[in-house]
Amino acid sequence: MLKTKKTSRFNLPALAAAGTLASGLLLASTAQAFTVISFGGASGEAMQKAYYGPFQEQTEAELIPGDYNGALSRIRAMVETGNVSWDLVEVESPELVRGCFEGMFEIVDWERLGLENQLIDAAVEECGVGTFVWSTVMAYDADRLDEAPQTWADFWNVEKFPGTRGLRKGAKYTLEFALMADGVPADEVYDVLRTSAGVDRAFAKLDELKDHIQWWEAGAQPPQWLVAGDVVMSSSYNGRIAAAQEEGQNLAIAWQGSVYDLDYWAIVSGSDHVDTAYDFIRFASQAENQAVYASEIPYGPVNPDAIAELSSEQAARMPTADANLEGALAMDTAFWVDYGEELEQRFNAWASKL
Amino acid sequence: MPRVMSATATEEVTGRALKKQLRQAERLKKIKALALVLPLVIFLLLVFVQPISTMLARSVDNSELMEVMPQTAAAISDWTGEGLPSEAVMAAFAEELQTSRRGGGLGRVGRRLNYEDPGFRGLLMRTLRRLPDEPAAAWQTVLPELDPAWGETSTWQAIQRAASPTTDRYWLAAVDRERSSSGEVQPVAEEQQVYLSVFERTLVIAGSVTLLCLLLGFPLAYLLATLPTGTSNLLMIFVLLPFWTSLLVRTASWIVLLQTGGVINGGLMGLGLIDEPLQLVFNRFGVLVAMVHILLPFMILPLYSVMKGISPSYQRAAISLGCHPFAAFWKVYVPQTISGVAAGTLLVFIMALGYYITPALVGGASDQMVSYYVAYYTNTTNNWGMAAALGSLLLVVTLVLYLVYHRLVNQQQLARS
Repeated sequence: MLKTKKTSRFNLPALAAAGTLASGLLLASTAQAFTVISFGGASGEAMQKAYYGPFQEQTEAELIPGDYNGALSRIRAMVETGNVSWDLVEVESPELVRGCFEGMFEIVDWERLGLENQLIDAAVEECGVGTFVWSTVMAYDADRLDEAPQTWADFWNVEKFPGTRGLRKGAKYTLEFALMADGVPADEVYDVLRTSAGVDRAFAKLDELKDHIQWWEAGAQPPQWLVAGDVVMSSSYNGRIAAAQEEGQNLAIAWQGSVYDLDYWAIVSGSDHVDTAYDFIRFASQAENQAVYASEIPYGPVNPDAIAELSSEQAARMPTADANLEGALAMDTAFWVDYGEELEQRFNAWASKL
Repeated sequence: MPRVMSATATEEVTGRALKKQLRQAERLKKIKALALVLPLVIFLLLVFVQPISTMLARSVDNSELMEVMPQTAAAISDWTGEGLPSEAVMAAFAEELQTSRRGGGLGRVGRRLNYEDPGFRGLLMRTLRRLPDEPAAAWQTVLPELDPAWGETSTWQAIQRAASPTTDRYWLAAVDRERSSSGEVQPVAEEQQVYLSVFERTLVIAGSVTLLCLLLGFPLAYLLATLPTGTSNLLMIFVLLPFWTSLLVRTASWIVLLQTGGVINGGLMGLGLIDEPLQLVFNRFGVLVAMVHILLPFMILPLYSVMKGISPSYQRAAISLGCHPFAAFWKVYVPQTISGVAAGTLLVFIMALGYYITPALVGGASDQMVSYYVAYYTNTTNNWGMAAALGSLLLVVTLVLYLVYHRLVNQQQLARS
């Protein structure tokens, strides 16, 4: 441990690497450095640039980044055996709810963190702090439609916008969109969906559109179908549409009625670096750092002030831009964790009947 | 006399020693033979017997509550199921609810109880947050005050159902059945019925794919077996080349070919054969095309290997004796290929039964097969009981079909001989 600290103070990359290696070999039994686990990929690179690097420079704390596939099983094993080598993990919202329920994550002391009023409401959870927002939106090919569809009611309007529509093969998102198309305001969607009459209403609305739906399975499909002209509009993850836009496709997004969800930081229960984790979360939630992340990848910052630091073009692509949040719906994770199976089964039964 | 006596004794002694040696040698041989098969036996146990038994066990496993809340489970099993359970049950439950949060036990119980009622996990969570360390009064009054659900008989009945060591709920659910509150088996609500039609659909798709593979594969295998070696080797490469390509790549390329703006629609429209693009993919047609393409080699290879060994002289003899060439083919040649047909159809059918990723990518919502739901329950909702029950049922259906098929093929062969 001493060796590691010394090398990081000299800040010589080679020595630090050697030190990390040595500590990795030596520290099978003693405490390890602060370890942050994300989903990796393009998002992980953006995190390295926006959070990991600057945090290490500023605090001189040693940070070991890593990635995983989002499955809770490994974290569960760590907590159960008391051998916690991951300190802070990025989790998706259903895993946050499940993990929190099982006691796998530390309960966040929001007073100590002192961020509560700086972040959007959905970022504040019992066991997690939101880090970015992604959204399921309505997308269309602007070259093919004369008039831009605005709402889910337009999506259902096959007279005005003839053609096939793409929706995700599953109940999640689809039922929310159906209710909004049926005139339910965004903030009442889950209240309606919790009643069996509301579920019937959503399926009745889906019946209207059934013959015009092409169901997608993978997130890469909607932009590809839109470009190929298979569908005139489709629900899609906003990041996928942004990537297609960067490739020069004239795809557009209607943000009205989009359903957004967050990825969270969660501190693994029994971590030795809770203090550092709090420092890191505080650091990663600052507007300027969030802006760096969001400029790398089109996921929305949870700190609304970060939007101001982005170029207007970048800001318009963020799910958390003011204009985009209007009429948007925060996904109710607890609802889907509880009712997901029942509704998915009903969706499958419905979809099988032609 | 004593000499003779001793001679017989010596003979007896050597005889016994010989027998002993023989036994030893035989035992050694047996051990050697056993040692030779042992790796195979271990392999079979590990990759065949063990996983399948685990799956079967999991499909009736109901041990979550017993393991995490043993006292509650023991106490509630004596309850009559009327009114509210005794104070002892409630006290055990309240205590074990506190302790179960450590080590992930509560997650398992919450997941299990959520199958009984979708709001159960939320109820446990709310209750846990407000649960006092020491009750101000009896738990029978405290719990219903924390949440009115604890004052309802149905809540405790759900816990009681989760407390027995095994359950038939997953198997019943896999055939669209459930138990009513009085314990009778009844069909689930109509809008929830899905698995019977999924099983039927799985069999229909697998059957159609097998038939199409046979119709396409038989002539091709015949051609391969009768052509000169050079040409047939070249054609064989065309059969095997896609066989070596990744399944995902082949599936994705069918999407590119068949989609609305794809090559085939473009070609047909360019030729003026159609005005509107045809819907060729994301429906049953697309699933059949992609699956037949992927499974065709499994039909062709066994057919080819059997056909290669059939001497052409029988057919020639039949024709030279005045048989019509087609009748000679049908009555003399085809029966000799029956073992290849049997192997090919069985192989294709059983592989098609388990198909998952191809229907998921090129099928519509009404083309998903059983394995899609197995994957859904395994990966997305972690309901392994349901996944195991669906998997086990598919296994049972496959075995029954296999036995019937085996019978039929054997009878045919017997009838012929």
